[in-house]
Amino acid sequence: MSKAHDPTPAPRPPTGQGPAGFAGVHQVTKRFGAVQALGGVTLDFPAGQVTALMGENGAGKSTLLKILTGDHQPTEGHVVLDGRRIDLASPAQARAAGIRIIPQEPEIIPHVSVAENVYAGALPRAAGRRLDRAELRRRITGDLQRLGFDKVLDPDLLGSQLTPAQRQLVEILRALTGEAKVIAFDEPTSSLSEHEVDALFALIRRLRDQGVAVVYVSHRMQEIFQLADRIAVLRDGTLAGVQDAATTTEGELVRLMVGRDLSAMFSRTRVATDRLVLDVRGVTTDDVHDISLQIHAGEVVGLAGLIGAGRSELALALAGDRPIRSGTVTLDGRPLRSGSPGDAIRAGLGLAPEERKAQALFLHRSIRDNTSTVVLDRLRRFRFVKRAAERELAQEYTDRLRVRTPSVEHEVRKLSGGNQQKVVLARWLARKPKVLILDEPTRGIDIGAKAEIYRIIADLAADGVAVLVISSELPEILGLADRVLVMQNGRVTGELDRADATEEAILSLAMADDIATVPTPGASA
Amino acid sequence: MSTTTGTPPAAKAGGNLPHTSGGATRILASVGAQNLSLIGALVVVLALFGTLNDNFLSLGNMQVIAEAATITGLLAVVQTVVIIIGGLDISVGSQAGVASVVSAMAFTSTGSNPYLGIAAALAVGVLVGIVNGLVIVYGRVNPTIATLAGLAAYKGLAQLLSDGRAQGYVLNDDLFVFLGRGKIAGLPVMVWILILVAVAAHVLLKYTDIGRNIYAIGGNDTAARLAGISINKYLIAVYGLIGVVAAVAGVLLTARTGSGQPVSGSEGLELKAITAAALGGAALKGGKGGIGGTLLAVALLGCLENGLTVQGVNSFWQNVAQGSLLVIAVVIQQRRSGERPIGLPA
Repeated sequence: MSKAHDPTPAPRPPTGQGPAGFAGVHQVTKRFGAVQALGGVTLDFPAGQVTALMGENGAGKSTLLKILTGDHQPTEGHVVLDGRRIDLASPAQARAAGIRIIPQEPEIIPHVSVAENVYAGALPRAAGRRLDRAELRRRITGDLQRLGFDKVLDPDLLGSQLTPAQRQLVEILRALTGEAKVIAFDEPTSSLSEHEVDALFALIRRLRDQGVAVVYVSHRMQEIFQLADRIAVLRDGTLAGVQDAATTTEGELVRLMVGRDLSAMFSRTRVATDRLVLDVRGVTTDDVHDISLQIHAGEVVGLAGLIGAGRSELALALAGDRPIRSGTVTLDGRPLRSGSPGDAIRAGLGLAPEERKAQALFLHRSIRDNTSTVVLDRLRRFRFVKRAAERELAQEYTDRLRVRTPSVEHEVRKLSGGNQQKVVLARWLARKPKVLILDEPTRGIDIGAKAEIYRIIADLAADGVAVLVISSELPEILGLADRVLVMQNGRVTGELDRADATEEAILSLAMADDIATVPTPGASA
Repeated sequence: MSTTTGTPPAAKAGGNLPHTSGGATRILASVGAQNLSLIGALVVVLALFGTLNDNFLSLGNMQVIAEAATITGLLAVVQTVVIIIGGLDISVGSQAGVASVVSAMAFTSTGSNPYLGIAAALAVGVLVGIVNGLVIVYGRVNPTIATLAGLAAYKGLAQLLSDGRAQGYVLNDDLFVFLGRGKIAGLPVMVWILILVAVAAHVLLKYTDIGRNIYAIGGNDTAARLAGISINKYLIAVYGLIGVVAAVAGVLLTARTGSGQPVSGSEGLELKAITAAALGGAALKGGKGGIGGTLLAVALLGCLENGLTVQGVNSFWQNVAQGSLLVIAVVIQQRRSGERPIGLPA
């Protein structure tokens, strides 16, 4: 897959100690509560070079970008610009200093024109605060011509009429108004077609040649080798290495991205049986296509893929939250009704969703209340909830999962992330499901709680529950799963047995640009 | 397996919070800070008007206050339920107006049959409530807008039905007289009805799975849906319940004034009901609140209104006071939830 590099500009020095326009971060650490997202990262972005930023999901790329653009403030360390320390209290300050970001999801105001979208917040004014339409037109046509966009973007189009590529162009135009010293692109090509990508790359090269420091975040190896001068790899919030794009290899980068050992935390032996519990055949929804998968009693199946691959959407569809357009979901021989979470739960399926606060917890209610949510039908006489039985049940699972709390009457919002996740698991364990889907069960929780959640998953499998674990952390998938499915762009691109599953094999399947180029499992290891 | 890495001892988390407290503190804690401040305010209001006017604290005046507050109280109780589920209903006053007119007109046209009059009012109430629910759920109309439309439409409906005039005369009927003027064990029947409805709503919210699900939907509707709760069914049923209770309020209005009142008895009740619910601690974002707090707030508002009237304060000023109270109640709520002052509030 690592094809010849583009015959573009002459190789540049790998690290820039550039005199002017020198930008970067110095010893930056960022903690969110107990979780450390970045730990002492020092990285420079030399002027006139494209620095690619790679790393697995959760490695700290987004946090680093947000610190660079003033969205987050570092817990320790600082941002450097023009060789001097600067403190960015807000995105507006970063912008004023010349640092711009092209976000992954462009923010477009739907009901106003391209021109007004580009200059939103700084529209040219005539007397009496009227909009100076002539000046606005002069500026937009000038900027479009200067950047070579005049053929592809009509300034009179409304925001809602734009294609994904045009939306991106609007963000780029915004970034280029005023003097830009650093421009960061956050996975800009995810919604672009091939020739749009070519146009974008031409623009990025032009910016680089004008002396802008370009930061380019992407998962796509091919793009990175086409575009980047240097490649910085983040892993677990620290800098794993900076490579010269001209000399490094894809294998080397993958090794830098993964290469860590958490195997001590996983200690499970395979307990899977032959009894088929969950049978998904040809399921298509608005987001995923033709998904088939089977899970047996006692089996843990890992679902890997990059963010946006459609894993969470599949989980929600199986749990009845999204309508299934075609295909069937059968649980223990019973077909599930599309679009009915209640039916899925009654059949024995549970989902601990990706966003525990937004999708699972009632933050202002007690642990007891949050635990009993899906078992109230077993805890009531007539319609009255049997309070003593409810408290007992909540206490039992709070103890079993070692939720650290003074009492089950404690409000869930006061718990730590790990303990909140345990409450979500307690809810489903209390229901005793046949199939449990865990979407990013350890996101944002500390390592001790992670180990406990792995233990809970192993116990579930030992009890004969069919478990589907969605995770963006490859060591987790490898440590837990008996079998790994990999998704990309809403489709399953491959399946790996525990024996064949390596981080490299999963990453190639997850990053394969299309199905045709998928290597045979294990071949890339 | 590394079991202890980064795992704080359980005692650490437990030690941060007081485990034991005296019996008195525990009772106070179960009443809640919100309710305590309401009780405090009530005592201050009673003391203030009591010293200003000897008659204020008399049994007779208290009964006047209770009767005047009953209709507001009924609407405030159901308003609390709909606010907890995450909605709002500003058409409650208009619903009561329609029900009042219908009860009197059905009574008259059925040859003075009070049961048919009341049944017709309840039927119209539940219908109007369910229409609100359907518009919100299936028309995808924001509850405030949907019931704002209802506020106008149902008022118009009441005026159309009644030709804009008070309808019928019901005080020749024993049942209506009993409802409006009767007493049981020294308490007015109207107050008993309020107590009955309030206790029923309280039991529903606190002791049944239905109530748990109502709090769940208001607290986090995505999570409630993923937990298998049929949100749509609950929303429509709660709006239907509002219709029924608003109809009861309408019937009491008829019984109290002797005839069906399209507008005069019910206009502005929505403001009082929402103010009482907000003062009583129901979070307008949903998921929080209780009947106890709302009833205390109804009592507070009733005493305030009566006291100001007795003192001869212009009723225009009373409107200003009521609007201010609603804003103050919500500002305090938002302050407590730690909202940052950016853009439109959630």
